This record gives sequence, structure tokens and C-alpha cells, in this order.
Amino acid sequence: MKYIVAIIQPDRMDEVLDRLTAKEIHLVTVSNVMGRGRQKGIAQVYRSHTEAGSLLRKVKLEIAVNDEFVNAAVEAVEGGARTGQVGDGKIFVLDLEQAIRIRTGEKGSKAIG
Amino acid sequence: MNGMRYRLRVIGLIAGVALTAATNTWAQTAAVAAAPAAAAVVAAPAAAPAAAAVVNSGDTAWVLVSTALVLLMTIPGLALFYGGLVRRKNVLSILMQCFFLACMVTVQWVVFGYSLAFGPDVKGFIGNLSWAMLSHVGAEPNADYAGTIPHSVFMLFQMMFAIITPALIVGAFAERMKFAAFALFSLLWATFVYDPLAHWVWGVGGFLRTMGALDFAGGTVVHINAGVAALVCALVMGKRLGYPNKLSPPHNLPFAVMGASLLWFGWFGFNAGSALAANGLAGSAFLATHVATAVAGLAWAVMDLIKNKHVTVLGIISGAVAGLVAITPAAGFVTAGGAIAVGAGAGVICFLFVTVVKPLLGYDDSLDAFGVHGIGGIWGALATGLFATTAVNSGGANGLFYGNPALLWIQFKAVLVTLVYSGVMSFIILKIVDAVLGLRAPEQAERIGLDLTDHRETGYTVLD
Repeated sequence: MKYIVAIIQPDRMDEVLDRLTAKEIHLVTVSNVMGRGRQKGIAQVYRSHTEAGSLLRKVKLEIAVNDEFVNAAVEAVEGGARTGQVGDGKIFVLDLEQAIRIRTGEKGSKAIG
Repeated sequence: MNGMRYRLRVIGLIAGVALTAATNTWAQTAAVAAAPAAAAVVAAPAAAPAAAAVVNSGDTAWVLVSTALVLLMTIPGLALFYGGLVRRKNVLSILMQCFFLACMVTVQWVVFGYSLAFGPDVKGFIGNLSWAMLSHVGAEPNADYAGTIPHSVFMLFQMMFAIITPALIVGAFAERMKFAAFALFSLLWATFVYDPLAHWVWGVGGFLRTMGALDFAGGTVVHINAGVAALVCALVMGKRLGYPNKLSPPHNLPFAVMGASLLWFGWFGFNAGSALAANGLAGSAFLATHVATAVAGLAWAVMDLIKNKHVTVLGIISGAVAGLVAITPAAGFVTAGGAIAVGAGAGVICFLFVTVVKPLLGYDDSLDAFGVHGIGGIWGALATGLFATTAVNSGGANGLFYGNPALLWIQFKAVLVTLVYSGVMSFIILKIVDAVLGLRAPEQAERIGLDLTDHRETGYTVLD
């Protein structure tokens, strides 16, 4: 089992979710986050202060998948989130040790199948 | 330690110079007695001092509405304006401080504050306590102050000024003064700084009123007074943790815009209401207020564009507030042209002070209470000395550009007296409160945020 964490541009979220659904991947957790990459954010100005560079708004997706779905998930996210501009984001694939469906108590691949 | 001694020396130097200048001039007698209330009474058509005062329903209705408008300026106008500018973790502390002042100063005013400020004069310095608990303050008009409205209505109108003045100072110590210290400081300040100063400028027998200083709606009493107290607070209390490099932006600029808009709306009560009558003078004060504010907003926006390459929302609303402040002493004495000049000056001067001078000097006036209210008020008071004309208000006087340089000098003296008295007294009160309660929240409390540590509340929930 793998745990995919993807940081993407907020306005790409709908496209990514559509592509995941098309590949039969439904389980996902989405959160609002702030972040930056190698580029600095847009410097804000307020009265006498100009920031050096700030964090930008991003969206984080967390998807638990069985091994056979990893490529499909990564393709869905990459395809949906890529614009070619700086700030497109990152995808991280982590090993997932255990998964449990709370309602039924199922463990392992069945829990995220 | 070094920083504190340096600050004390600066304060001492300013006080010494100002006192020397002021005491020389107090010996001179001044002829023209023109304060806003007197001006309004003299300018009103039926001004006959000895005759029985008759309540005018139009005047009374307007002043009642103005009273409510000025209360709106504090809650929620100033509350939202300041509240939006601080970090999330401190938003409630700002709202609380403003709301609390509305409650506390009301009681103080009714019990003894009004009497001290406007009551029978003692040596030109303070009113006595014979009007405590609003004794002698009833439905019958007080011809000295406002001959056509009930005395109680005049008292209420003035109460709202007494409420908002300490609220302005909140901008200086925001995000780091303990609530208990704030409450004690504000009570002492209202009693020992605001009430005497209001008496000097507006009270019958007050020595600045007798000297002929023109202050239509409270440039000195409210803005310069609160502004310099704010500066002293900022210097005495020291900077916030992480100032100036690790500062967060305003957490809710929409709040700040709402607040500034309510301030603009309410200020018509502040300025035009100070005509104390529903007449042409109220109309011209309304006009001057509105025009100066609009021009000041534009002026700040232009400065923003020049310095920062963008016109910012925070900039334009700050400019508008600076214009409102500056036109306050001048509102009932200038033409539309004068108002344009006052507004333009406010926008440019306050912008430069806030964005250039303040960072250079390095003190932490969190929300620019001195930069906008203090500096804007000083410009406005002096600009009154430039642009005032008896063509607009025969109860006033002419300024420099209307052939009378003397007024400018009188205004300058009034400004100086205000700066020195408010500065010194605010310092003393701060030291007393520091000794009794301690002024600053502990470092950990400042990190967590005053909402949780002082009030056990949060402004916004995160999960439900």
C-alpha cells in the first residue's frame, strides 16, 4: 500500500479530482495549506512594511492506494495539476504500513480497495 | 536600558522646549474667544446669550443622531478598523477594548467626567464637581454650550467623544498590553488627560478657549491628545516580539475596510454634529469633512503608487482616515477648497510619516495611532490656522491665507500645550499602572495571543 501526498495549485483541484474519479480512485483527503518552492511568493505591502516573500496558497491531497493503483493515481494528479508554470507543485509517494476502515474494522488492502 | 534612557531624554527635551515656548506666550492676552460650541452658538441666527434658551427640534434631532453616529465610530467602526489590522489571535482583544471603553467611559462621564470637562470653571484648568451625576444637566439647554438643544443631549454628544479618544490609543499598544492594565490606564487617562484637555479647549473658562484656539470638533482634544499618548505608550511599552522583521500582515482587511467606512459615515456626526445645530454650518462642516476625506484617500493612493508601484486597499483607507482626522479641527471653518488642501496635506504627510519616518525612528506604534491621528491632528490644527475663514463661520476667525497670521501662532501654541500635557501625563499614568499591575503581557501570552490569554476566547473557530 502507498500513501500519496500531492501539493498542487488550488485552481487545479477540480481537474485532478475528476481524473482520479475517472480512474476509480475515490478515497481522498483535501486540505488548504500554505507553501512555497524554490521561488519566493508574492511580496505583500502594508503601510511601512514590505514582506521579503511570502507563502502562497496551495491545496494538499492525500490518497491511500493499493500498489496496483499507484501509477494511475500519480498520472491523474500529474496530468490534472500540470500547467507548465512555476508553482505547479509536488507529488510524494510514501510507504503505507497499515490502513483500517473504521466502520467495519477491515485491515490492509481491503480497507482502501 | 539604553533605549529607554534615550527615549526619556527625547521626551524630556521636547517637553522642555515646548514648555519654554508655551509659558512665554501664556502671559499674552488673546482677544478672540472662539471654541466650537461658542462658535456654533454665535453663528446660529438666534444667538441671544441672556435670553431664555428654547429647544429647537431640528437641532435636537440632528445632535441626537450625531451622538449615535459618533458611538458607531467606536463600536464597531474603530473596533473593526483596528481589529482587521491585527493578527487573528488578537482580534478579540481589540474588539473588547473598544467595547469596554464604550461601557466604562459612559459611567465615568456620567458620574464625574462631564463635570470635570464642561462643568463650572476652576482657574481655567478644570471644571468642578458640581455637575457630578449630571446634576444641573437636564432638559433645559445650557446657553453657554448649545442654546437650542437640551443640556443632556449636549452632554451625551460629548460623551461619545470621550469614549472614542482613549479607544484611539489602543492602536499603539495593540497586541501587547494586558487587559487589566489597559482598563486602569484608560480610566486614569480619561479622567486626568481627556477631561482637563476638553475643559481647556471647549469648557467655559478653559484657558485655550479663552486664548482663541480654533478646534471645531476635536483635532487637539481627541486626535493630537490620543496621538501623542499613543506615541508615549509605544515608546514606554517597547516593541512587539519579532518587530519589525517578523510581522504578520493584517489578518482581515475586509474588516478594516468596513471599519474605515463606518468611521467615514460616523464622522459626519463627529464633525457636522459639532455645529450643534441643523443649519448651514452643519452643512459646510459635512461638506468639508467629506471632501477632505476623499482627497486624502486619493493622495495616499497616489503616494502608494509612487512608492510601492501599487495602489493598496490598506493605503486608501488609511489615507481616508488621515483626512478625517485632519479636517476635524477645521471642518466648520474652511471652504471646499480649504478642505481639498487639508485632505491632500493629510494624505501626503501621514503617508510619509508612516512609511518613511516611523521605520527610521524604529518605534512600534502597532496601528499607526500617532502616525495618523497624532500627525494628522497636528497638520489639521495648523491647517486651520492657514485656511480658516470667517466667510464660512463668522464665529471663527481668519487664517494666514485670509490675512491673519496671528491665528496660526495661536494654533501652534494649542498644539504644543496638548503635546506636552498629554505626553507628560500619559507617561506618568503609564508608570503608575506599570508599578501597580504591569503593562505588558508576558512573552508567552504575547506569542499565544491575547484573545486566549486575556479573555479565554478565540475569534474564529477552525473546526466547527
